[in-house]
Amino acid sequence: MKKKSKLKFQIISIISLIAFFAIWQLLTDVYRVIPSTMLPSPVKVLQTIGMKWSVKKPDGSTLPQHILASLQVSGLGFCLGAVIGVPLGVIMAWWEKADLSLKPVFDFVRTIPPIAWIPIMIVLLGIGVVAKASIVFLSAFIPCVINSYTGIKATKTVHIWVAQTFGGSKTRTLFKVAIPTALPYIFTGLKVSLNSSWGALVAAEMLGSASGLGYMIQMGRLLSRADLIVVGMIVIGIIGTILSAFLDSLEKIVVKGEVR
Amino acid sequence: MEQSGKIGKEKLSCRGITKSFSSSSGNFEVLHDLTFDVYENEFLVLFGPGQCGKTTLLYMLAGLEECTEGEVFHNGEPVTGPAPSRAVVYQTMALFPWMTVWDNVSFSQKVRKAEKKVIAERTQYFIDLVGLTGFEKSYPVQLSGGMKQRVGIARAYCSDPDVLLMDEPFGHLDAQTRYMMQESLGKIWENEKRTIVFVTNNIEEALYLADRIILLSDCPSQIKKEYRITLPRPRSLVSPEFLKLRKEITEQMNMSD
Ligand SMILES: Nc1ncnc2c1ncn2[C@@H]1O[C@H](COP(=O)(O)OP(=O)(O)OP(=O)(O)O)[C@@H](O)[C@H]1O
Ligand SMILES: [Mg+2]
Repeated sequence: MKKKSKLKFQIISIISLIAFFAIWQLLTDVYRVIPSTMLPSPVKVLQTIGMKWSVKKPDGSTLPQHILASLQVSGLGFCLGAVIGVPLGVIMAWWEKADLSLKPVFDFVRTIPPIAWIPIMIVLLGIGVVAKASIVFLSAFIPCVINSYTGIKATKTVHIWVAQTFGGSKTRTLFKVAIPTALPYIFTGLKVSLNSSWGALVAAEMLGSASGLGYMIQMGRLLSRADLIVVGMIVIGIIGTILSAFLDSLEKIVVKGEVR
Repeated sequence: MEQSGKIGKEKLSCRGITKSFSSSSGNFEVLHDLTFDVYENEFLVLFGPGQCGKTTLLYMLAGLEECTEGEVFHNGEPVTGPAPSRAVVYQTMALFPWMTVWDNVSFSQKVRKAEKKVIAERTQYFIDLVGLTGFEKSYPVQLSGGMKQRVGIARAYCSDPDVLLMDEPFGHLDAQTRYMMQESLGKIWENEKRTIVFVTNNIEEALYLADRIILLSDCPSQIKKEYRITLPRPRSLVSPEFLKLRKEITEQMNMSD
């Protein structure tokens, strides 16, 4: 019974996807309600993807080159953000001294949207990988800190007591009790970070870059090539979905026993 | 000391302990001037009405709550904080949901960095003792209420404490399971003699398990009366002596001072 209804919904979602593309095709190529300079048809988008796979024109790089450039920058920034952000959140939540000394600075910095840093970064670091990775870093870093902080603070007092009555030190209690409690929060933080860092990357590339998916979209706008814009958007969506799915399955492996 | 016919030497001694919580509306006294001892290998039941401060008292024995006045001694040493020699079975069970039954039970031994072989043997022994053989790899969410309480008891036992402090460990169970658990705790205690302080507000449970019952009054709690229970074990819940004591204690509890 349960399996059957699941299948039913899968069929419904496939049908709605097909309907979406059909209406899109009808509005563009078939009835020409929307001119192709504003919105290319799905068929045209597919053709452009096929073409851009190996052709550098008109924006200077092939699609795989753009994807690689974007992944490099976002990978670097996101990883740095996670590697620094998660431990920082954990440390601030667990040790009061760190909380008192670091939290005010962090609370101020986090109110500034990462995208507002772009002009300064361009001036300071140029339009290279480092500048863009810094923007990505900032936007990944903040949700990582906030969520791991919240997660550690969510540790139940009675669980800490269990560890203490058994003679666990503060550090051991952190690793055995607080971090397992915080893990689901940390994963939420990573997923939020992934989304916002991917968004910040595209913004950074649109403002100053020589390659990347954001750059390709920007070039599409300058060259009035709506198909390039839509291809960029779709590829960004697909990659974002794949990365989120990866984090989801990693979470399923790491988080045990329905902690929340 | 003031007790005649004691079972062993004093394990825990409470000397004039008082606890009050301060709130915006002033001080709220929960426990008032309690003095009593817990003797070696004794099964002591703290019996009192709901909200009278039983959990608070137990936490003070454990060293998790500070005394406002007075002192608690364990083997003659003042209690200043939690210690592995006093294990607690919590009213809320407080199992780690991210750990399997095995990992929950062996937790104390791992914290202590015991030898791998010792950990494995002890853990299996206590899992078997509480009747959870076969559930070693289950997570707490997969267990029934009664099984979770068994894990809590096995975890406390496995840490090899000097004193076991149990806070209404069967409070959330239905009558049937509760009776079964009382029976098996009685057996476990006969096999593995320990000093146990057991909190409850259920008179049958108290009479079934206790060597001695300390009757607490309403908040602010004081010791109303003490009963030494010498009925032979395993006890029958319907023997005339049992029923007589039950009636006597219930009447005493409902009597206002
Ligand atoms: N940390 C605290 N701060 C303020 N008041 C508290 C605190 N802990 C307990 N109390 C109060 O002390 C009283 C006794 O609480 P306690 O939990 O010890 O009672 P209990 O006898 O264990 O109750 P129950 O039978 O419901 O388990 C309650 O009125 C409670 O509100
Ligand atoms: Mg209680």
